[in-house]
Amino acid sequence: MTRRLLESRNLSILATLALFLLMFGAGSTAFSGFFSVQNFLNLFIDNAYLLIIAVGMTFVIISGGIDLSVGSMLGLATMISASLVEKSHLNPLLVILIVLSIGTALGFFMGCLIQFFDLPPFIITLAGLYLGRGLCYVVSIDTIAISDPFFDRAAHSQIPIIGGAFLSPSAVIALVVAAVGAYVLRFTRFGRTVYAMGGNEQSALLMGLPVARTKIGIYALSGFCSALAGVVFTFYTLSGYALDGKGMELDAIATVVIGGTLLTGGVGNALGTVVGVLVYGTIQVLIVFQGTLNSWWTRIVIGFLVFVFCLLQRVFEARKGTTVVRGVSREPAAMAGH
Amino acid sequence: MASVRSLMRSRLVWPLAALACLFLFNLFFTPNFFAMEVKEGHLYGNLIDIIKNAAPIMLLAIGLTLVIATRGIDISVGSVVAISAGVVAILLGGDLAGQPKYPVPVAIGAALLVSTAAGVWNGLLVSRIGMQPIIATLILFVAGRGIAMVFTNAMVIWLYVKPFAIFGQGYLLGLPFSLYLVAVMLALTALVTRRTAIGLFIEAVGINPTAARFSGINAKNMLLGVYTFTGFCAGVSGLVVCSTVMSADGNNAGNLFELDAILAVVLGGTSLNGGKFYLFGSMIGALIIQTLTTTIYAFNVPPEISQVVKALVVYAVSLLQSEKFRAKVAGVFARGRAAA
Repeated sequence: MTRRLLESRNLSILATLALFLLMFGAGSTAFSGFFSVQNFLNLFIDNAYLLIIAVGMTFVIISGGIDLSVGSMLGLATMISASLVEKSHLNPLLVILIVLSIGTALGFFMGCLIQFFDLPPFIITLAGLYLGRGLCYVVSIDTIAISDPFFDRAAHSQIPIIGGAFLSPSAVIALVVAAVGAYVLRFTRFGRTVYAMGGNEQSALLMGLPVARTKIGIYALSGFCSALAGVVFTFYTLSGYALDGKGMELDAIATVVIGGTLLTGGVGNALGTVVGVLVYGTIQVLIVFQGTLNSWWTRIVIGFLVFVFCLLQRVFEARKGTTVVRGVSREPAAMAGH
Repeated sequence: MASVRSLMRSRLVWPLAALACLFLFNLFFTPNFFAMEVKEGHLYGNLIDIIKNAAPIMLLAIGLTLVIATRGIDISVGSVVAISAGVVAILLGGDLAGQPKYPVPVAIGAALLVSTAAGVWNGLLVSRIGMQPIIATLILFVAGRGIAMVFTNAMVIWLYVKPFAIFGQGYLLGLPFSLYLVAVMLALTALVTRRTAIGLFIEAVGINPTAARFSGINAKNMLLGVYTFTGFCAGVSGLVVCSTVMSADGNNAGNLFELDAILAVVLGGTSLNGGKFYLFGSMIGALIIQTLTTTIYAFNVPPEISQVVKALVVYAVSLLQSEKFRAKVAGVFARGRAAA
């Protein structure tokens, strides 16, 4: 059991978990009022949208792709929600349904381009980033405030957990998304195909796995998650603004990497991403508590962490490479038997 | 006839045709688009503005063309632009009388040194540690803007040092100074890559790094070199950006430049899959982007919406570059002919 736990792919997640505990512990000893259940739950409340986007991104990255459009899709979702609720006075639930469909459709569209024309995900989703931002301004140049009672309730209601501590509806949505994401990745045919594609797309194809369908599905899923994150973001800010979620694609990628997912694809899981988001949130809270550093240090620390984790991944990969070679030379028959 | 065919085969023909189409469109629909006048010995007009505004992207595109030719990518250039602008602004200081804190050449030298160091960092991560280029440069993309903000203490620094204005606003022989800057950088890069074997080596690394290594090319140093050079280009671009607005804003300087520059390179005919590269094509690509933006402005469309157009252009260009797409279109035509 311990050996299984110490496998290199788990090691990366354990390292992240240790890092999180270390940072949270350091904060608790250094600042009074840091350690509380509520402060821990606040990490989920304040980063609900990031977690939702990051779960979608986990699928994309495990499959060996990348989605740069998530931030601007989030912005577009906030704009469309705000505009439909405030200017067209549609039913809020209907609005959410429309927004989620638009996000999924845009992701589906990009997935089709990537799959059918063999185009690099980087460029197609980069264009998606432009497209999303541009469409935001087509909806409206100005910020639209939301005063709809449904959104207001979603923003302010508290769901009690234990001892007076509470979660927001957004945080609950995010946790459900993460749980479903983890389940789908681990236990469904779709999820296993995602891993197979990331390991080696050619082999996945030769094994008869539905690569085309899955790839399009992954980008549609990421689009859906971005739109859902946008809805949750409007619960948070109660407005739609065309610059919402600027640069969030890289925050999402960073949290996924910190959560132990390999950028080369094939390795990772959604629970690691949850821990990655917790680390990200804790850095922000620590900087707020510290008080004198400006918030830009968050970005520097995140950049540094991405560096450290990429370095760790390279070390693991290098070690894995050498053991495989040794295994082959020692007992070739056993290897062939696999 | 043969010359026409060889022209058609040249990768430059497509970007040039796109630019020509844009110009033609403007000729008919935008009044006074090509109007040019001489004021105080300088040329003024839309065309000059396009070149002037495209200069920072063109500078970035020179370096990025080489990086993309090695099958790499550098998304940190926008952040490095912000760092370069921040360093030069800090060293010149915001003195209202226009008295620089340090001499202008020192400030410029320091900014270029820091940005080149950023390039070395990227290059080491890619060539020595073996990270994927997009991830290696993601680190500086995320942290770089933070570093720029820490340099400038998260404030916008305004500059009043007159001589520094030449990079972004100066004129030489009636033409914008930045144009000469681009021309010199382009000429030197073209000279080094095309008159020596270096260009060939870069393409070899992009097509197959292992094969390149076996044929005796030091692929690692080649990679280190192109990323370092791109850092330097971003530094020069940062000087132009900072000098144009005479201020350094760590948050907005060079924002989304990486995307524009990558787009310029791709529009210019260099494939993201590495291999053959077209420096001159990238320059045309940058001009296409800027002309497109200027055209959209001329129609009083809010500038932000121009991003939708840009996105559609990217989709169209990527489809044209896709072999699968071309094969499908050719298939449709062939079937049509067979039916007829």
